[in-house]
Amino acid sequence: MITLIDYGAGNLTSVRKALTHLGADYVVPESTDAVGRARGVIVPGVGNFAATERLVGPWTDAIRAAVDRGTPLLGICVGMQWLFEGSDEAPEVPGFGVMPGRVQRLRGDSARGLKVPHVGWNAIAKPRDSRLLAGIEPGAYVYFTHSFAAPVTTDCVGATTHVDPFAAVVERDQIFGVQFHPEKSGDAGLQILRNFLSLC
Amino acid sequence: MLTKRIIACMDVRDGQVVKGVQFQQLRHAGDPAELARRYNVEGIDEVVVLDITATLETRQALRRTIHAVASEIFLPLTVGGGIRSEADAEAAIDAGADKVSLNTAALRSPELITTLARRYGSQAVIVAIDAKRRDDGYAVYVRSGTSDAARDAVEWAREAEARGAGEILLTSMDKDGTRSGFDCGMTAAVSTAVNIPVIASGGAGGLEHFADVFTAGCADAALAASIFHYADTSVSELKHFLQGRGIPVRL
Repeated sequence: MITLIDYGAGNLTSVRKALTHLGADYVVPESTDAVGRARGVIVPGVGNFAATERLVGPWTDAIRAAVDRGTPLLGICVGMQWLFEGSDEAPEVPGFGVMPGRVQRLRGDSARGLKVPHVGWNAIAKPRDSRLLAGIEPGAYVYFTHSFAAPVTTDCVGATTHVDPFAAVVERDQIFGVQFHPEKSGDAGLQILRNFLSLC
Repeated sequence: MLTKRIIACMDVRDGQVVKGVQFQQLRHAGDPAELARRYNVEGIDEVVVLDITATLETRQALRRTIHAVASEIFLPLTVGGGIRSEADAEAAIDAGADKVSLNTAALRSPELITTLARRYGSQAVIVAIDAKRRDDGYAVYVRSGTSDAARDAVEWAREAEARGAGEILLTSMDKDGTRSGFDCGMTAAVSTAVNIPVIASGGAGGLEHFADVFTAGCADAALAASIFHYADTSVSELKHFLQGRGIPVRL
């Protein structure tokens, strides 16, 4: 059973539909108990980093305990940003902190027509091997919509450039994160979700 | 590199796509889910479902349509037409829409933009602007283009951004339906005035028109309806053409 965490950051319908399409057995639990029984945990999220404040406390404790047991964890968009220490978007809210680094605002470049937010399909480079990106070609396109992003660190297995390079995919042990929306990225996105489910 | 998006718009009435749909391989040409599936195979970047009747009676049919499309394709899906309230937006998003497009309601109640942006995030809120050229600028029209809103498109786009809109869908009423090309001047005026992406709409008639609106028009995305409904101009043909012109696209 996959646990999909609903902490009120936007709508989960798209992620639900993608999981259903892939035949995944999932729950959106009311309480933290289900996290302890999960074979995998997904933290989705669209919108503002401040929403992750609702994860502070019991949810964070439950997810940390699951991660310590080796349960695979996938953060999507704001859910990926939450894996880091914090974000300049809501400096008062702590991140999960399992990945070093701080989420910062993207830079635009009006002379080149590069705007912030970064909205649309962009390519992911693969600096090294990744279980989450198995079967995904370097340069594959995925769908982004965000104004903040995590830095390229040693945890980065997929980097994307919008003026500056940022971490599009991170991976360490059983912890994974994607800045883009795999549930909205066509066949490439479905393959990435399938890869995560196969690790659960 | 961020690519230019190609968006297909399906005008839907009572759960069926209207306008000439002539894909030869479709068994039920008017079925939105089947058309969306075909667009997905061809490489469309996004789909817009526009409810062209938007009456209370058709709301249930619209929800079924959104659900059917969102269960078939895993691409960004926008729903527009008759989104007048937070409840209308909620119904569309709960059924599977990723974004809602506000038009008349945004002008009448601009606070709705902010309400929806706070609840769902700015990325879920598109403000659609229908405009006509005038000597002194671009006049905004509402109620399906029948009523002058006494606003300038550039100024209204800036306000919509400030209120929390995540994208602008800009339709040229002068060009809509003419197949004579997008209004590149108007699109560039709006696109360079805001930081959020601008989707150009109205006037697509040939491959060259898309190249023009992505270069001279400074558009971030281009939307068309009927041109993609005909098998002679496929999404994949368009994208290969654009790539040949040095315009970044997802292939």
